[in-house]
Amino acid sequence: MSAGTRPVPAAVRPYQFPEVHHATLPNGLRLVVAPMHRLPIVTALALVDVGAASDPADRDGLVALTARTLDEGTGALDGAELTARFEGMGTAFEAGADWDSTLARVTVTPARLDAAFALFADVLRAPSFPDEDVDRKREERLEDLAQQVAEPRGLADMRFTSALYGGARYGSPAGGSPRSVGGLGATDVRACHARHYGPATTTLILVGDISVDVALRLAEARFGDWRTEATEGVTRAATPSVERQRTVVVAKADAPQSELRIGHVGLPRRHPDHLAVVVMNAILGGLFSSRINLNLRERHAFTYGASSGFDWRRGAGPFVVSTAVKTDVTDRAVQEILREIDAMRAAPPTGDELSLAVDYLAGVFPLRFESTSAVAGAIAGAVVHALPEDWFRSYRDRVRAVSAADVHRVAQAHLDPARLLVLAVGDAAAIEAPLAALAHGTMQVVPATHDFAEPQ
Amino acid sequence: MLQLPIATHALANGLRVVLSEDHATPIVAVNLWYHVGSANEREGRTGFAHLFEHMLFQGSEHVAANEHFELVQRAGGTLNGSTWLDRTNYYETLPSHQLELALWLEADRMGRLLPAMTQEKLDTQRDVVKNERRWSVDNQPYGTWWERLPAICFPPSHPYHHSLIGSMDDLSAASLEDVAEFFRTYYTPDNAVLSIAGDFEPAAALAMVERHFGPIPRGNGHPALRPMDLPPRFGEWRREVVEDDVVAARSFLAFRVPPCGSEPWYALSLLGAVLGSGEGARLPRALVREARLASDAGAFTFDLTKGADLLICDVTGRQGVPLATLLEALVAQVEQVRADGVSEEERARALALLESGWLLQLQSAGHRADKLSQFATYFGDPQRINTELARYQAVTTAQLHAAARQYLGADNRVSLSYVPRVSAEVAA
Repeated sequence: MSAGTRPVPAAVRPYQFPEVHHATLPNGLRLVVAPMHRLPIVTALALVDVGAASDPADRDGLVALTARTLDEGTGALDGAELTARFEGMGTAFEAGADWDSTLARVTVTPARLDAAFALFADVLRAPSFPDEDVDRKREERLEDLAQQVAEPRGLADMRFTSALYGGARYGSPAGGSPRSVGGLGATDVRACHARHYGPATTTLILVGDISVDVALRLAEARFGDWRTEATEGVTRAATPSVERQRTVVVAKADAPQSELRIGHVGLPRRHPDHLAVVVMNAILGGLFSSRINLNLRERHAFTYGASSGFDWRRGAGPFVVSTAVKTDVTDRAVQEILREIDAMRAAPPTGDELSLAVDYLAGVFPLRFESTSAVAGAIAGAVVHALPEDWFRSYRDRVRAVSAADVHRVAQAHLDPARLLVLAVGDAAAIEAPLAALAHGTMQVVPATHDFAEPQ
Repeated sequence: MLQLPIATHALANGLRVVLSEDHATPIVAVNLWYHVGSANEREGRTGFAHLFEHMLFQGSEHVAANEHFELVQRAGGTLNGSTWLDRTNYYETLPSHQLELALWLEADRMGRLLPAMTQEKLDTQRDVVKNERRWSVDNQPYGTWWERLPAICFPPSHPYHHSLIGSMDDLSAASLEDVAEFFRTYYTPDNAVLSIAGDFEPAAALAMVERHFGPIPRGNGHPALRPMDLPPRFGEWRREVVEDDVVAARSFLAFRVPPCGSEPWYALSLLGAVLGSGEGARLPRALVREARLASDAGAFTFDLTKGADLLICDVTGRQGVPLATLLEALVAQVEQVRADGVSEEERARALALLESGWLLQLQSAGHRADKLSQFATYFGDPQRINTELARYQAVTTAQLHAAARQYLGADNRVSLSYVPRVSAEVAA
């Protein structure tokens, strides 16, 4: 082979997603075990079937606050002592809620698993939720929100979803808004735990250097006698009443860049077009070599990077194109993005584009699962969305089965220029007039402090 | 303890090769470190090492602009590059049957970059980098810290003093000839380490390495860095306060310490973990949980390998907490460690987190390859990946206390503080 001759790939070596075993304890708690014996590490992940989309009306952020306050005490141990116990074992108790579920996780060496798992179970089953610690966690959430609003990217994300979904649950952050979080207290958190945490709503996922037998014994020992009346969360209505072309400028004086968010409501994870949409999005803006990134970054040098994505939830999450561009090219960047969305709908992708997306998604699959934590997270996602039993085994074949015609069809079905919201966080004095000239629907300029989800 | 298998080789042109086999999953990582970073830049050309990193994705003799990205992704792989003060790295992780593609791509740009360079590509990437600067520095709350802090900690003539991402003026001044000169000087096989980790056959891999990298000629050497030796301590407490578009005060408190990888550095790195790694560390426990003055607190080393490193504490106040109160509380914690040392429990906690963090990272073939390149580049010894934890385990509480007394005193501090623009007068 001479210099310049591209190498030919060697024979493909087989890859199998770790074998997944299922069991159910007599009290209803589901157990999933995936042995991976490469390194002495085990991840224990508890998935509780309640997410932010199930927050009670006017209690946005409650499910997330409950998750974040779990490790503030159990039995005789207070929060500081719990932290010290976990960290002394080289791990941390991590818990949080996303839109559809609550996840709690520890990762330890097998030698420390018994002790860490016992503590993990105590924290999940009998958290004490001291008043003052719930208050502190609520204050910390408010501090986080203030930091996020001061940061152009965080501000753009928040204002985009609130403008898109309005007063529907997806319109305010999963962790709640300043107004809703301010009203939460220890009584709410205890009630949320009592209502939703229990064997009927929990799936325990153990991944790593552990056998199925040991996993069963551990689960039985620490969760076998768990009895509660817990019920799963009920998803609140997710879609807004009206979508139409709109342009919104969130004014941030003298900003050197405009943070852009362009998109509309997407589709739920369990939609039959899911995989074809993933491939379509890879071509549009999901990959470095995607149309939007190559156009905005490499052809026009408007940005450091531009991407698009669908947020996959039980309800219809957003489709959004995100980028940050130099102030004086804001309107041209918007125009290019709108043009790429139109082009995606106008014709099927080329063979090269399709094969790049499909080969990447199929080929990168094993790379996504190098760690116990990543495998546990993937299994949790399969549980949340009730994916078919063979999902991981057949994933690559199903990706490869997506055709150019499929991509074209789903682009027409799920990209809709008539509904696109264009939002820019930037120097209004410089970008308002050029954006207005694009005449993309109604034009609104609002201050950075304005919150769409709250009364105007 | 975990022992990774390691084999080292050197090509006739000086390229060092490090191999670590692991056949558990059909994945292989390729990692190339060039021993050149922003410290090697000349005056008036700051940001060049990083700008050059972008140019390395603009094609080479047999690869079109951005095609490197496309070919690796088409092969089912991931890739990127990064620049630091001391080094630049480039890496790919791919399904193992695609190993040769990554080696060929890296070799084509090491051996044959210049035929593909054009003024248009340079102009485009210069604008991309300027946008990166706006995105990560200028339009970010506190975003200037990582150029302001080194600027205070190192004198103007020092290679670590200037901005890694560069000034807008210097970026504008970069020419195509600068690209060529930088490439010929530093991107040579004798200034690089190539590591391969994961699922591969060593004999076959070495044959591929020899085939693609072997013909590339050795470089002509490169200029020595400007002197990097500094007194062991700052000798005073230097303070800077910056007004910014932020909602709460934030302080960075830096101490000059011996360089990364030196014997005393391990005690200082572990001391950083005692102070700031995990929620149970000193600073988060005292300032966030107990005093409720801060929303966030941590400590870490900057990992500079030449002359001196920095141990940095950073703490973000809650809204309305005055800078003086925040900084005073931070310094009180530092003084307490200097006076009383740390407990055996604190040492054990920090060490346990460090050990498991190390193990978790080594799950990734890409990370294993990166660490091998790092240890080979900085210390000439990739085997240190297997002995690194023992260096931390050997640190005693007495050594932690001694390190705190020696390096964390008032004669060795730099504080860089950010305050909300409106309350700057009150804070000063």
